[in-house]
Amino acid sequence: MAAAGAAATDLEVARGRRAALFFAAVAIVLGLPLWWKTTETYRASLPYSQISGLNALQLRLMVPVTVVFTRESVPLDDQEKLPFTVVHEREIPLKYKMKIKCRFQKAYRRALDHEEEALSSGSVQEAEAMLDEPQEQAEGSLTVYVISEHSSLLPQDMMSYIGPKRTAVVRGIMHREAFNIIGRRIVQVAQAMSLTEDVLAAALADHLPEDKWSAEKRRPLKSSLGYEITFSLLNPDPKSHDVHWDIEGAVRRYVQPFLNALSAAGNFSVDSQILYYAMLGVNPRFDSASSSYYLDMHSLPHVINPVESRLGSSAASLYPVLNFLLYVPELAHSPLYIQDKDGAPVATNAFHSPRWGGIMVYNVDSKTYNASVLPVRVEVDMVRVMEVFLAQLRLLFGIAQPQVPPKCLLSGPKSEGLMTWELDRLLWARSVENLATATTTLTSLAQLLGKISNIVIKDDVASEVYKAVAAVQKSAEELASGHLASAFVASQEAVTSSELAFFDPSLLHLLYFPDDQKFAIYIPLFLPMAVPILLSLVKIFLETRKSWRKPEKTD
Amino acid sequence: MAAAMPLSLLVLLLLGPGGWCLAEPPRDSLREELVITPLPSGDVAATFQFRTRWDSELQREGVSHYRLFPKALGQLISKYSLRELHLSFTQGFWRTRYWGPPFLQAPSGAELWVWFQDTVTDVDKSWKELSNVLSGIFCASLNFIDSTNTVTPTASFKPLGLANDTDHYFLRYAVLPREVVCTENLTPWKKLLPCSSKAGLSVLLKADRLFHTSYHSQAVHIRPVCRNARCTSISWELRQTLSVVFDAFITGQGKKDWSLFRMFSRTLTEPCPLASESRVYVDITTYNQDNETLEVHPPPTTTYQDVILGARKTYAIYDLLDTAMINNSRNLNIQLKWKRPPENGYIHYQPAQDRLQPHLLEMLIQLPANSVTKVSIQFERALLKWTEYTPDPNHGFYVSPSVLSALVPSMVAAKPVDWEESPLFNSLFPVSDGSNYFVRLYTEPLLVNLPTPDFSMPYNVICLTCTVVAVCYGSFYNLLTRTFHIEEPRTGGLAKRLANLIRRARGVPPL
Repeated sequence: MAAAGAAATDLEVARGRRAALFFAAVAIVLGLPLWWKTTETYRASLPYSQISGLNALQLRLMVPVTVVFTRESVPLDDQEKLPFTVVHEREIPLKYKMKIKCRFQKAYRRALDHEEEALSSGSVQEAEAMLDEPQEQAEGSLTVYVISEHSSLLPQDMMSYIGPKRTAVVRGIMHREAFNIIGRRIVQVAQAMSLTEDVLAAALADHLPEDKWSAEKRRPLKSSLGYEITFSLLNPDPKSHDVHWDIEGAVRRYVQPFLNALSAAGNFSVDSQILYYAMLGVNPRFDSASSSYYLDMHSLPHVINPVESRLGSSAASLYPVLNFLLYVPELAHSPLYIQDKDGAPVATNAFHSPRWGGIMVYNVDSKTYNASVLPVRVEVDMVRVMEVFLAQLRLLFGIAQPQVPPKCLLSGPKSEGLMTWELDRLLWARSVENLATATTTLTSLAQLLGKISNIVIKDDVASEVYKAVAAVQKSAEELASGHLASAFVASQEAVTSSELAFFDPSLLHLLYFPDDQKFAIYIPLFLPMAVPILLSLVKIFLETRKSWRKPEKTD
Repeated sequence: MAAAMPLSLLVLLLLGPGGWCLAEPPRDSLREELVITPLPSGDVAATFQFRTRWDSELQREGVSHYRLFPKALGQLISKYSLRELHLSFTQGFWRTRYWGPPFLQAPSGAELWVWFQDTVTDVDKSWKELSNVLSGIFCASLNFIDSTNTVTPTASFKPLGLANDTDHYFLRYAVLPREVVCTENLTPWKKLLPCSSKAGLSVLLKADRLFHTSYHSQAVHIRPVCRNARCTSISWELRQTLSVVFDAFITGQGKKDWSLFRMFSRTLTEPCPLASESRVYVDITTYNQDNETLEVHPPPTTTYQDVILGARKTYAIYDLLDTAMINNSRNLNIQLKWKRPPENGYIHYQPAQDRLQPHLLEMLIQLPANSVTKVSIQFERALLKWTEYTPDPNHGFYVSPSVLSALVPSMVAAKPVDWEESPLFNSLFPVSDGSNYFVRLYTEPLLVNLPTPDFSMPYNVICLTCTVVAVCYGSFYNLLTRTFHIEEPRTGGLAKRLANLIRRARGVPPL
C-alpha cells in the first residue's frame, strides 16, 4: 500500500516536473519569439559598409581637353607624333576627408582644314565665329587651339586667349621641348576655365574646418534644385514718393537671359513685389557736411531683420529665396548713402548679405521735389538698378571673377552676362558640393540609426538610401570619365534621395518610447509569469544534480 | 543675418535694347471701410473691410509682379489654381438675438472653403497642400485639416464670384472649431494689407484691444470678379474683413457712449495714400427715431440711407480722403454720446482673474410691477490643475449664492417709530421712510460638477489586465506542476494537539 502510494507520488512528481519543463519550453520557444516579433521595430537593412566607404571616396574630376595644333605652331618633327594623348593629374590640397584629384586629359591632334582656315583669319572674334558652327561641345570639355608663334590672331604681347564659350587659343613655340612648354600653358588656361582650388574650397566651405576666409567662401547660396528670386521695392514713405518701376521689362531684358544661360544649374522663378511702409531697422546718421544721411558699415547687418518680416515667406515652393531689395528712403532721410569701412560712400550704394540677397538704396533726385507737390512721381532707372542686382546675383551664385594667368586675354562677356565655361565651372563646383552634402547626410543618417535602435527603418527609406548611394557612386564615375552634365544630374539625385531619407517623418514615430516606460508596462505581466517558471526550473535543476550525485556517493 | 558687406567691385556690361515703355495706369486699387454699429444690447460692433482689386490674370505661368495684392496669396492662386478662397478665424459667437443680424457671420474657430479651377487633377492633394501652406501663412493649425474633417457640399457654398460652371467636385470645405484665434493670427493678416498698420483705418487694429472683445472674426476672401461692365475679362478681388464686438459695459463703465479712442486706444491720424477710398460709416439710425438721444462728434459731412438686412438704416459718413477731415484737428476721433442715457440702472462688472479674484456682477434694476426678471450667467466648466482638486472632487464645487437687496414698497404705511424704543427685531436695517422696507435675500448656492480627470488610467488598465492574466496563469501553473498526493489524515484535531502540549508541559507522555 505504502509502496504503491510512493510509486503514485513519484509518478505525480515526474508529471509535475514534465509540466513545468513544458511551460518553460513554451514560454521560451513560443512566448519569447512572439513577444520579440510583435514588439520589434522594423528595420530594413541598409548598405552601412558602402556608406562608410563613401567617406573614403576618391573623386577624380576629369576635364577632357582637345588640343588642336595648327601647321606652324610646333616644329615639324613634333607634328609627326600627332595625334596622341597626355594626362596631367594633380591632387587638390584641401583639408577634407575626400581626396579630390583633378585630371586634365589632353588629346593632341592636328587641325582640320576648316580650323586652319578659321585660325588664319584676321581677328579672334572672326575665328571664333567660324569655328563655332560645326559642332556643339559637351559640358565640361574644352578645346584649345595652338597657333603659330607669330600669328597675328592675338595681340603681340598676349600669350593666350580665353573665349566666351569652351574654347581657348594658345600661342605655340618653335622649340625642342615644344610639347612640354605648350602643355604647361594649356594646363594654366584650362585650370582658369574649369577647376581651381578656390572654386572647390568655396563649394566645400560648409564641410571644411573654419578658416579666416570662410566667411568670404560661404557667400554663395548652397546648391539646390531650384532657386527663387524676389525683387522687392521698398517704399517707406508713399505719402511723399509715388514710385514706379518697370520690373517686368527689366526682368525680361536683363535677368531672364542670364537665368536662361544658368538654367542647367537649377530651376529659377522670378517675382517681384512692392512693399509700402517697410522701414529699415536702423536710423541713418546725419552728415552735416554733405547734408545727407548715411548708414555705416557695421550697422548694415541690423538693416535686414525688420524688413524681412514683411518680405513674406515663399508660400509656393521650398527652394531657397534670394531677395533683392530696392530701398527708396523716406523724404526725411534722403539722400541716404552707404559708407564703407573707411567712411567713404559706396559707389553703387548697395550691399549684399551672403546667402540672403542684396539691398540697394535708390535716392530720389532732389530736383524732382522743387516743382511739384507731394507725392512726387519717381520713375526708377532700371538699368542702374539691374546692373547692381545682376552683379550681386553672380556673386551669390558663386560665379567669381576668374583667375586669369599672366599675359592672357579674356574675351568680353556674352550678352547674357555669363560665359559658357563659367557655367561649366559652376557645375563642377556644384557637383562636388552635392556629393559632399549627400555623403555627409548619408553618414550622419547611418550613425544615427546605429546609435538609436528604436528608430523604424521603412522599406521606402531604405530604398531612398540605396538610391542615394548608387547616385553618389554614379556621379563619381561620371566625373571621372568627364561627363559633367550627367554627373551633375546624378549628384542632384543623390542629394534629393539622401535628404528624403534623412527627413522622412517615419523615422520619428517610435522615438519617444524610452526603455524605462516600456519596462513599467512589461513588469506587471512578466514578473508573475517568469518567477514560477524560473523557480521550478531551479528546483528541477537542483534535484537532477542531487540525483546525479547520489550514485557517485553510493559508489 | 550674417555679416553684410558693401559691394564695391562691379564689372558687368549690360547689353540689350534699352528704352522705356510708358507706365501703365494702375491696375490694382484699394478700398477700405469701417462700419461702426451700436447694437441693441448696448455693445458696439466694428466691421473693417479692405478690398484689393487686381486687374490681372494670375493663372499664367512665369514671372509675377505684385503691387498692392499680397505676393503670398497671389502665389497661392497661381500655384494651386484656385478659383475662390474663403478663410475665417473667429473667436466667440455672433449672438443674433441680442446683436441683430451680422454683415458676415463666421463659425467659431477656423473655417476654410475653396473652389479649385477645373484644371486641377488631384483636388484632394492640392487641398491638403494648400491647407498646409495657409497654416504657415496665418500661423494657424489649418494643417489639421484632413479627410476626416473635409466635406464637399453639393448644394451650399456656391461660388461667390464669377463662375462658369459649378461642378462640386472642385469644392472643399472644412471647419476647425477648436482653433483658438489670437494675436499670432492677426499679425500675418495685417501684413497682407498694403498700408500694413501704419496708415489709414488699419492704424486702429491694435491686437490687445481687438482680442478684448466679445466677438472677433477675421477673414480673407479671394474671388474673381468682372473687370468691366461687359465682363470681358476678370479681375481678382481680395477682401480682408475683420468684425469685432466691443462690450460697452466693460470698456465704458456702464455707459453706452463710445469713441474710437476708447474702443481701439488709437485715433485715425492719416489716410492710407494707396487707398482710392477710405471711409468710416457710423450707424445713427436711432438718431432719427428716438428724438435726439444720440449725438456724433465731429458732425458728419454726409449721410447715407439704405435698406440693410431688411431694415432702413442711416449712416454718418466720414471720408478720410477728404483733406479737411483730418487736417483740421490732426487726428480723427469719432465719438458718439447718448444725450439722455436710457435708464437701465447701474451695472458694475468686475471680471475674474484665474486664481486671483472672483467675478463680481452688481446690477441696480428697477423692476416693473407684476413682472418676472431673470438674471442668468453662463460659465464654462474647466479642468483645474490636478493639485487644485479637493480630496473629494466628485462631490462638486460650490458657486456662492447671489444676493438680492431690495427696498420693497410696504402694503401698510408704517408709523415712524423711535429707533431706540422699538423692539430689536425691527431695527436691524435702517428705514428711511415708512412706505418701504428693506430685505436682503440670498439664493441657494450652486453645486457644479467639474470634470475630474484620471491621469493614471492607462497604466491602471495595463496593470489590472496583467494582474488578471498573471493570477489565471499562476493558478493554472500551480494546478499543472504541483505534485498532489494523499496525506494521511492527522489523527485528532486542534483539541488533541492542545492536549499534547499540556501533557508535554506536565511531563506526561502524549496521547
